[in-house]
Amino acid sequence: MKSIRTLLTLLMAGAIGLFHAQAFAQTIKIGVINTYSGPNASLGDIMDKGMKLYMKQNEKRLPPGVKIELVIRDDGGANPDKAKQLAQELIVRDKVQILTGLIWTPNAAAIAPLATEAKLPVVIMNAGTSSITTMSPYFARVSFTLWQSSFPTGTWAAKKYKRAYIAVSDFGPGIDAENAFEKAFRDGGGEIVGKVRIPLANPDFVPFIQRAKDAKPEVLFAFIPAGPQATQIMKAYNDLGLAKSGVKFIGPGDLTPDDELPNMGDAPLGVYTVHHYSAASTRPANKSFIAAWKKEYGEKSTPSFMSVGAWDGMDAIYQLIIDQKGKIDGDQSMISLRGYKNANSPRGPISIDPLTRDIVQNEYLREVRKVGGKLANVEIETVATAIKDPWKEINKK
Amino acid sequence: MGNLHAGGYSANAALRWQESLPWLVAIAAFFLLPEFLNLGARILIFILFALSLDLIVGYAGIVTLGHAAFFGLGAYTAGILSARAGINDPLIQLVASGVTAGLLGVVTGAIILRTRGLALMMLTLAIGSICLEVANKASSLTGGADGLAGITIAPVLGQFRFDLYGKTSYLYCLAILFVCWWFVRRLVYSPFGASLAGIRENNLRMHAIGAPVYLRMLAVYAISAALAGFAGALLTQTSQFVGLNVVSFELSGEMLVMLILGGVGRIYGAFAGPAVYMIAQDQLAKQFPEYWYLGIGSLLVIVVLFAKGGVLGLVDRMVSRIGKGRRS
Repeated sequence: MKSIRTLLTLLMAGAIGLFHAQAFAQTIKIGVINTYSGPNASLGDIMDKGMKLYMKQNEKRLPPGVKIELVIRDDGGANPDKAKQLAQELIVRDKVQILTGLIWTPNAAAIAPLATEAKLPVVIMNAGTSSITTMSPYFARVSFTLWQSSFPTGTWAAKKYKRAYIAVSDFGPGIDAENAFEKAFRDGGGEIVGKVRIPLANPDFVPFIQRAKDAKPEVLFAFIPAGPQATQIMKAYNDLGLAKSGVKFIGPGDLTPDDELPNMGDAPLGVYTVHHYSAASTRPANKSFIAAWKKEYGEKSTPSFMSVGAWDGMDAIYQLIIDQKGKIDGDQSMISLRGYKNANSPRGPISIDPLTRDIVQNEYLREVRKVGGKLANVEIETVATAIKDPWKEINKK
Repeated sequence: MGNLHAGGYSANAALRWQESLPWLVAIAAFFLLPEFLNLGARILIFILFALSLDLIVGYAGIVTLGHAAFFGLGAYTAGILSARAGINDPLIQLVASGVTAGLLGVVTGAIILRTRGLALMMLTLAIGSICLEVANKASSLTGGADGLAGITIAPVLGQFRFDLYGKTSYLYCLAILFVCWWFVRRLVYSPFGASLAGIRENNLRMHAIGAPVYLRMLAVYAISAALAGFAGALLTQTSQFVGLNVVSFELSGEMLVMLILGGVGRIYGAFAGPAVYMIAQDQLAKQFPEYWYLGIGSLLVIVVLFAKGGVLGLVDRMVSRIGKGRRS
């Protein structure tokens, strides 16, 4: 017994020593909670690449003597209690000063009380349910909301089609997408002929798409989490021959993420989506971003809107570090984030709304076309300029 | 049978000195590892869950793949009481969770315990899936796939607030685990426990001697369900969040794996398994966030191949070898 105690004490002493050694080196620890295992592991990977590319390119922007260390943790998917436990450990054990990542809405929602209690600035790089930023005053979002993309989709679709069917994943973002599209489409005089919610975990899309087909709409609006599910739903759409029966397929950009397009065959040709970012965009800032990406990760690798979320998230984090000269304080960080602006993001001009701490950006209508033999989301027009989250705007009134 | 094995009715029921080891380690960890208390509390919760599983798998021989149903019901009961009904007292929630999970145990047990072997296993799997789907669909109560947020837990006994560092969580879970352990230990060494072992070893013979086999099985199934419900409530209270994965098949499977890792049918296997599994997981996930499943998998293969009877089986053999060495 005695020897075990001595051993434990020694181990502890060693651990404390390590902590001290690190504290002196002016290292800012950033906790990253993302998905690196399970069916959605590719999402964590593509966001990691975005973060690391940014850090590599912008090392010199940091104040002298300041270093950044990423403390990366795997949540395994939409796993709110796991995310909460990881956040707790990152705060208590690893003493991170900033938290980021967060692909999934449920995970972000779960850590909101912790962020508030620990006064820890959290930069949300993906999770897109509108209500998230209202859950903690220490949340700021650089990604998107589903209302931002689905509301303009509805407005645009109502001008071309009269009968729509809605299929969404049965969780926060899906329900947001459904509500946003339905409201805009109805306001524009369209009719919703039916809707269905698809379970988030391990869905088989065929029966759901079949129901959509049976309802004979002119247009099918769908949201699923970007990633492997996008390819699966596209396959179901193709296999059931909806395009041949004259049903158009539309949705937010999650339906045709740039990194999944190469896996989809020719199925998505002619699919219209509305989103804030396309890798095929010809903006100069995007061209240099794509060039840097291909140089770092190879010709075959394509960034997606999630990579850009990660890239811009790191930009916002760098900005708050620079604003505070490397001494991170929760409230000061939030002041810095509230004033965040970047006219030259790969996705165009973006800023964070000082009132809601949510992203303000442009939304583009895109069509999947073949460019140089490869599928690409070709931007056709800007359907919304500097759009704030419509859900918050509507509910304000 | 090794000396760490909690025997049965015929075995000596007096406490042995080794049985104080887990508690001493737990108390030492509280003082020596203050930064790991949140992990510690989770381990204690899963020990309680494993203990409930050991009661039916190890002692009654009912192999189940749906035990998370009871854990999940307990977790949701506590969560819904707080988020929807405003009842925030942890002990009231705990009792309510135990009762609801126990009742579900009686109802489902009454159906599935009429079967045996593979059929029984299939039924537990089916009931687990039904519970998962109910939790997913009843989103006005459970929050569905988004999870149940907005849970506030009042201080324990009106005194001890749940803090960010997990001190309260840890001690609270430790206290509940201690009470449950004491109860399980009494149960296992009682005539009831002996009849369970009888059912496991020779079902027909127990029928032949006139033991009420079905009722005994039902009783232990319900008790185990209630204990799992307690564990679920503890998870809700310490994490103040309930996600769908508390009722998932993955959790049932993972629990079984932890129990086998520790050693089945020996009470303390349920202590060793979750501790080893979760500490390994914690360390591996820290070192290799992208590949940590590989490490866990390798650990399991090694244990199953080379350490029959789990971690405790290994300890048994080491102890007996040292004992022999001394005698010679």
